[in-house]
Amino acid sequence: MDTTEIIVTLTGLALSAFVIWYFFFSARQTASAVSTASGVQEVDITVKGGYSPDVIEVERGKPVQLSFYRDEENSCSEELLMPDFSIRRDLPAFKTTLVELLPQQAGTFTFTCGMGMLRGSLVVK
Amino acid sequence: MEPTTKTETLDIEGMTCASCASFVEKSLTRTPGVQRAMVNFATEKATIDYLPTQATPATLKQAVVNAGYGVTERAPDTSAADRQAEIDQQKALAYVKLKRRFWVATVLAIVIMPLSMLMLWPAMMARVNMQWLNYGLLVLTIPVLLYSGREFFTSAWNGFKHRAANMDTLIAVGTGAAFLYSLAATVVPGWFMRRGIMPEVYYDTTATIIALILLGKVLELRAKTQTSAAIKALMGLQAKTARVVRPDGQEVDVPIEQVQLNDLIVVRPGEKVATDGLIEEGRSAVDEAMLTGESLPVEKKTGDPVFGATLNKTGSFRFRVTKVGADTMLSQIVKLVEDSQGSRAPIQRLADKVSAIFVPTVVVIAILTFVLWFDLAPVEARLPLALVNFVAVLIIACPCALGLATPTAIMVSTGKGAEHGVLIRNAEALEKAHQVNTVLLDKTGTITRGEPAVTDFVPAEGQDAAQLLQVVAAVERQSEHPLAEAVVRYADTQQAPIIAATGFQAIEGKGAQASVNGQAVLIGNFRLLDEAGISLSSAVRRQADELLGQAKTVLYVAMNQQAVGLIGVADTVRETSAAAIKRLQGMGIEVVMMTGDNPQTAAQVAGQVGIKRYFAEVLPADKAGKVKELQAEGRIVAMVGDGINDAPALAQADIGLAMGGGTDVAMEAAGITLMRSDLQGVVTAIELSRQTIRTIKQNLFFAFIYNTLGIPIAAGLLYPFFGLLLSPMLAAGAMALSSVSVLTNSLRLRSFSPAKN
Ligand SMILES: [Cu+2]
Repeated sequence: MDTTEIIVTLTGLALSAFVIWYFFFSARQTASAVSTASGVQEVDITVKGGYSPDVIEVERGKPVQLSFYRDEENSCSEELLMPDFSIRRDLPAFKTTLVELLPQQAGTFTFTCGMGMLRGSLVVK
Repeated sequence: MEPTTKTETLDIEGMTCASCASFVEKSLTRTPGVQRAMVNFATEKATIDYLPTQATPATLKQAVVNAGYGVTERAPDTSAADRQAEIDQQKALAYVKLKRRFWVATVLAIVIMPLSMLMLWPAMMARVNMQWLNYGLLVLTIPVLLYSGREFFTSAWNGFKHRAANMDTLIAVGTGAAFLYSLAATVVPGWFMRRGIMPEVYYDTTATIIALILLGKVLELRAKTQTSAAIKALMGLQAKTARVVRPDGQEVDVPIEQVQLNDLIVVRPGEKVATDGLIEEGRSAVDEAMLTGESLPVEKKTGDPVFGATLNKTGSFRFRVTKVGADTMLSQIVKLVEDSQGSRAPIQRLADKVSAIFVPTVVVIAILTFVLWFDLAPVEARLPLALVNFVAVLIIACPCALGLATPTAIMVSTGKGAEHGVLIRNAEALEKAHQVNTVLLDKTGTITRGEPAVTDFVPAEGQDAAQLLQVVAAVERQSEHPLAEAVVRYADTQQAPIIAATGFQAIEGKGAQASVNGQAVLIGNFRLLDEAGISLSSAVRRQADELLGQAKTVLYVAMNQQAVGLIGVADTVRETSAAAIKRLQGMGIEVVMMTGDNPQTAAQVAGQVGIKRYFAEVLPADKAGKVKELQAEGRIVAMVGDGINDAPALAQADIGLAMGGGTDVAMEAAGITLMRSDLQGVVTAIELSRQTIRTIKQNLFFAFIYNTLGIPIAAGLLYPFFGLLLSPMLAAGAMALSSVSVLTNSLRLRSFSPAKN
């Protein structure tokens, strides 16, 4: 093995480790819902290559209103899927789309883009 | 309801609890002119019936404000349609842009390809300055990268910031690496040469991959719009205007959004029914295929319900509006189909899990591929080989096909189901239905019509049948008893002339009497005649016994104190039942019947439609128990029922099918609702489910096999054995093809049509 090979190997392994840590193990952005006077839990979510925040905490039994603002035109994020609530919604680019639901059971429910690549979760307490 | 009452719905703001709701309700009820107010806390809506002479929408709002709450001004009901139109417009625009980007990439790739090939001819190489040629290719590739392929890079970057990796990440990293390497080889070729590497460029790879992937996206977008075509078509059926009859009798055309509850609407032949309501005047045949899938027009008369978007064929009629906007049958069907398309099929879970970890895993595999090739390949070729395989792995691994496999099939098939009057509640129900091996039918209303019909009309000896029927019908026309209605329907089908009866009198629990042409007529049960002191001749008595033996209800007719005939009435089997049951049995499904009737009647009906196993004398409360009993035998049971009392059984079954539009309760409990009242719908539902699951399995197989085989080949696994490497361009072509083939496979479901008997 020459020096270049050693450098390439080490760099490759380091990069792989970084990819695994970065995508699977690093900390996520969590946000709790804000309850309005009328008892609706409201959360603003920006869609741009992902959902931020992507972990949303809400309380059980109270209506939830999620405002998705899609800040890009890329096709991957054009659909929003919340299978546990039977919701499939188109998110127009540079517009806010409201999604309303009533979580009746505690648990963690994933929401994804149409192809399941972008992910976020709704944590019902 | 008094005709002068109006109904108003208000969106209430600021309610925090149920007591707020009752507070608002009280405040509204106390307002002069309000007859009834109902406030729903969950939906934040108040529904108020009021007299327009004493109250106005403004005073109602004031009452809410006085109670300390607010009223949200509602956008008109068209907002949903407008929103959809806007989304459609945006999608169309995106499609045009995408196509433009595709064409730019394609044209440039077509120029770049042969120029890169020049290097393969030694004769050419001598004549062309390689340095200059590379710069030329660079200039041609930049627009492909920055204009056509820009979305991949921005999307990958946005995703990276969110710790999310999507397919664009793969494409961006792959093409980006190929481009950067080529750029370096163009600008500093000396650096490569000094290390014994030919400064090769991969501009053709970069441009071709982008062009091919864009081709895949163009085809994908085109196919995807077709997956939701059925539901769009449903929404498009909505009438745009309605002809409202004003209180002064004037007829005016108004936009559909302005139609209000209790308006009177005229429908002429050939026109669409504007919204849901009840016929007040006139009769006609209405084509309801768009809601029920039933191709024959349905006869409608005064008192019958009509539904928006159905097509009036022959006559003209007026109807009173009972539902508008989102409450109409059409809107509810659209909502149900939309909901089901948003749900997840259990079969998809594996694909979901895989796609969540897929992209980062592929990136790691690609990096390791690079390292291995770099370390193992001959020194002079290691960098290009490592690079080519790195790019090939990234490009071929794109998991779009996996993501598209299930949802597209479900979208097409739920839409298709709606077209045939089969409403599927969610993807899980669709999946469950294909496993069914036992169908349990509730007799009344599913196998049979669920309403009595005349089966035998038996005049006593010496009586003229036609004349007797006229007389009987004359009396029964005035009665509201269901048995009487059956007799009238029978008389109508026999086209008996209508004559008048006078002095009609219903006798509770026994029958009716009236006089026709001066003769006293009695129609009713045996007790009616018995108490009137009329005796039956032995011939009549024998005929009655025979009818009773067939489990029929017998009506006795007497004229002038003499028994003159018998009418046998029974719940009749639908014409389509036997054929549908046979078809189910042909699909390998056992059909079991249950009924509250006695074993004799049950055996008779079962025999008529070819059912071998049945449960008789089942009490409504025991229906769910029968489902459990079958499940205990290890069967996967589909329960078909139509009534409220079927709801527990529908819920208990592995899959519930509510029939005939069903009551709301039955619909809630059922996974599938059949809009059309015959068993053919059960066949359609199960066939559709089987075909859909087959399609999904094929799709998943294509997608998985393609990735699991594609990645090792791209990584160069075959090279040591066969000297085989996958060119990144081929990988791009295959990747574009895979998602297109999955979509095409799903779209094949559009040709589904239920087997007709
Ligand atoms: Cu892809």
